[in-house]
Amino acid sequence: MSAETPLRTSTAEIQADNLDVASQWRLMWLKFKRHRLAVISAVVLVIVYSVGLFAEFLAPNDPHENNRRVVHAPPQRIRFIGEDGFSLRPFVYGYKSEVDPYTLRRSYVPDPDQVNYLKFFVKGHPYKFLGLWETDIHLFGVEDGTFFPLGTDRLGRCVFSRIVYGTRVSTSIGLIGVFLSLLLGIIIGGFSGYYGGIVDTLVQRLIEFLRSVPTIPLWMALSAALPRNWTPIQVYMGITVILSFIGWTGLARVVRSKFLALREEDFVMAANLLGASRLRIIFRHMVPSFMSHIIASVTLSIPSMILGETSLSFLGLGLRAPVISWGVLLQEAQNVRTIALTPWLLAPGFMVIITILAFNFVGDGLRDAADPYVR
Amino acid sequence: MLNYIVKRTLLMIPTLIFISILSFFLIQLPPGDYLTNYIANKEASGGSVNLAEVEALRQRYGLDRPFHTQYVRWITGVLKGDFGYSFEWNRPVNELIWERLGLTVSVSTLTLLFTWIVAFPIGVYSATHQYSIGDYVFTTVGFMGLAIPNFMLALILMWLGHRYFGLSVGGLFSPEYAEAPWSLAKLLDLAKHALIPMIVIGTSGTASLIRTLRANLLDEIQKPYVTTAKSKGLKDTWILFKYPVRVALIPFISTVGWTLPQLISGETIVAVVLNLPTTGPLLLRSLQSQDMYLAGSFILMLSVLTLVGTFISDILLAWVDPRIRYS
Repeated sequence: MSAETPLRTSTAEIQADNLDVASQWRLMWLKFKRHRLAVISAVVLVIVYSVGLFAEFLAPNDPHENNRRVVHAPPQRIRFIGEDGFSLRPFVYGYKSEVDPYTLRRSYVPDPDQVNYLKFFVKGHPYKFLGLWETDIHLFGVEDGTFFPLGTDRLGRCVFSRIVYGTRVSTSIGLIGVFLSLLLGIIIGGFSGYYGGIVDTLVQRLIEFLRSVPTIPLWMALSAALPRNWTPIQVYMGITVILSFIGWTGLARVVRSKFLALREEDFVMAANLLGASRLRIIFRHMVPSFMSHIIASVTLSIPSMILGETSLSFLGLGLRAPVISWGVLLQEAQNVRTIALTPWLLAPGFMVIITILAFNFVGDGLRDAADPYVR
Repeated sequence: MLNYIVKRTLLMIPTLIFISILSFFLIQLPPGDYLTNYIANKEASGGSVNLAEVEALRQRYGLDRPFHTQYVRWITGVLKGDFGYSFEWNRPVNELIWERLGLTVSVSTLTLLFTWIVAFPIGVYSATHQYSIGDYVFTTVGFMGLAIPNFMLALILMWLGHRYFGLSVGGLFSPEYAEAPWSLAKLLDLAKHALIPMIVIGTSGTASLIRTLRANLLDEIQKPYVTTAKSKGLKDTWILFKYPVRVALIPFISTVGWTLPQLISGETIVAVVLNLPTTGPLLLRSLQSQDMYLAGSFILMLSVLTLVGTFISDILLAWVDPRIRYS
């Protein structure tokens, strides 16, 4: 025992030692962890993307199923306290329809006589779990009666389930779009920074030109050009390509400026003098040192993709029903009347806001973490 | 300075040519043209089409010619001030676009002013009171402003305005002024209606401007010359506005060029929601019905507007910041 004691060091010392030899990624992680809001936002994003991944399991109802008897029904509140007092198991009241004697408008109010208890792992509409096996188990729901936690739309479809399904399309379009932009940005920006001279000038002019065209009219014109008879999948791909058509310019700028700055660094010169090949210098020395910046700017450019899809679909130029995306859902809430009478149709908008906020905070945190000069 | 302006003006010419080609290419992209669309719609609704008449129209506008011939015809017309003919409205494009473009420019300019007036004091406050409660509040509001889609903000504000303030929402004029000639009363009416669009379109721009100003000012305040000025006993506010703020103001000017495309983009979509008589709704409609000359002219003019905006901001920037014009 006593022989081992001198070998022990205090935890503080270990940490200090580790910090000196820690890799760049570890340093970034340590710094990122200190940015509270960014960490919380990262968790939010993980949740949002899991919702998209497990949409079928999480949605209590079939998002395409029409319920003609409960059209434009308000959200069913989840209750613990009913007429019989407190119940540990949450429940919802069923709907009772009422007709306004003056306006003759049909509306739905909670009916305390119909008590439906919420249960975990209830059977509902069948689906394929992750496309692997058939099942009809859903995380939560009711066994009898209806459960519309965010109300229904004009065809009596469950708004909550539709938002859950829409998450998949809306969030993935951001990722794929950014991936395409990144590819274009790295190739074109890299070329521009690597060759310099006339290529660089041409690319810079092209970028400036594309940035000077107002985005939304350009997107609108491009998506109006998508053939009407395309399948939803084709339209989806088309929209992503259109979104990344503009998105690459920003990333290309970042890549190029990093390339130009790093070319002059001492460590690049050292590698050069030691006889490293051009490719080795680029991929072994240059790319790792600007990768973190690229990741941060990518995170910051995903929101504009998501907003772009939402805006285009909202205008009726993007994705179209039967595809479910947040933008398609918001199309239902296009005028004041809808919002005044059925405010719950705006709910998809809040998902958009939460996701975009989260991306912005994570991007901010990553950018700070990636900057070695920020203390 | 004059050299710089001349150089900058010459650079605009190739860009303008590119923009005109792109605009024309974009409106040619959809398969078919307005007439095939028109025939399909007529036939779908059971009406009959006078094919000879359609053929005559096609001949007259050269719709059967190859791309470059059509483009040259169009662009020579544009240079003479003739933007072509709107098939859907049965009127020359000229009659349709100018008033709408004028309103778009006014709304965008008002929004830009609004953005500056709001962003400047908040940005300065946030930087001088870093990590104070006010700074946190403004930062949060700023982030929210960036995250809320324009059209959703428009919907919510429209509803609030209607519900709690009894503002007549939508449109830019009250019905009694819509067709009236310009007068002071009409101008006031416009100002009242422009408030919601201004807030809606300006929010995201304001948010990003606040963030840039705050970051720049924070960098600038920490510089040694500020400490020197302080040690010499100058008053804090005097130092602030005499030196760092002036340097930090550069992004205000340089972003005119950047915010203008954003404003016009935002304006396009917000106009559809708020039913403004600006370019947005008409552009959307013309794109959907392939009314090509109308759509093309709109895209061309909007892009030219942004180019001019960028041009002005570059000149201003060169005037304020001598480093730029000599590099």
